[in-house]
Amino acid sequence: MEQAEAVLHPQAIISELRKNNITHVVWLPDSETNFMYEQLMADPTLELVPVSREGETMAIAAGLWVGGKKPVALIQNTGIFESGDSIRGLGLDVDQPLVMLIGYRGWDRHGIVRDSAAKFTEHIIHAWGINYYLVETDADADRISLAMNEAERDAKPVAVLVGTEFGA
Amino acid sequence: MIDNLEACRVIEKNRNDALVVTTMGAGNPRFGWPVVSQNETMDVPVGGAMGKASSFALGLALAQPDRDVLILDGDGSLVMNLGTLTTISERAPSNLYHFVFDNGCYAVTGGQPIPADGKVSFKEMASGAGYNATYEFDNLEDLASSIGDILKKQGPILVNLKITPEIENTPINLRPKAKRTTPLAVQELRQALSD
Repeated sequence: MEQAEAVLHPQAIISELRKNNITHVVWLPDSETNFMYEQLMADPTLELVPVSREGETMAIAAGLWVGGKKPVALIQNTGIFESGDSIRGLGLDVDQPLVMLIGYRGWDRHGIVRDSAAKFTEHIIHAWGINYYLVETDADADRISLAMNEAERDAKPVAVLVGTEFGA
Repeated sequence: MIDNLEACRVIEKNRNDALVVTTMGAGNPRFGWPVVSQNETMDVPVGGAMGKASSFALGLALAQPDRDVLILDGDGSLVMNLGTLTTISERAPSNLYHFVFDNGCYAVTGGQPIPADGKVSFKEMASGAGYNATYEFDNLEDLASSIGDILKKQGPILVNLKITPEIENTPINLRPKAKRTTPLAVQELRQALSD
């Protein structure tokens, strides 16, 4: 019998955000996380803050956090490259416990990764000394809670790489 | 043109209990906001992150909707993060007041002109992005007589100030250091707002 392919449903991620009392999702849409958009918009407990460019996300999240809220960032790995100085100055330097959900463009567990966005992603995150978790299916979603706990415990950003394009 | 410190002084006189985010010349420890602030616990200097002080201020304004948030931005910082105008306009926090210290140059790196100096209008850009209102002042008297009314209006509002450049040519390591760093100010303000 053929086994059904495991998938990542938006509700699995959103329920993790709700479980961790996330108040704001600061984001720029991408193909890896677009599948969550309508459900994020419909969720009354989560406030979406759309940005014009990814480097704004860490700075906006820092302001929300200082003001007493609990945001996450939701951007693509290409945006992480663009966000370097914000991650340094308003993430790591100020001990912001920010979980960054990152669409892992180009990632393929089953084949050769050709997209340079995917090739460099983990190297760059390593260079900052930021830990990360990979989420590909619903069964992985509770790694988001691990990331949240680690960010709070260590007072620093933690990444979650979302490795399934278009989700379900 | 308006003197940098005098602009800060006028804003401080009208801040009431607002949170104030500063960057670059506006936050200079010799001729900027730290010289005049009467409530430094409610101030956050955001010196780096490539022009993201206004983005930080947006987050703060969304988190604290019952308090005014003033961002004292630089023109070089704003051109580095122009998308902030549409991002702010999208959420349109009514408590956010965006002052641009427009001296036409990167004063902290020796006074090189910003791109399109003399041609760009931040007032028009913010208006086109959808800010609720925009203003520009090139003399202190008009700023002083108008700022009270401006801060009573619903944000987001951008106020462009034509500032006399205070060019710094000494090596950064030899310049006076700010007493309050960004990490310290962030921790203090977070604590103060949670009390």
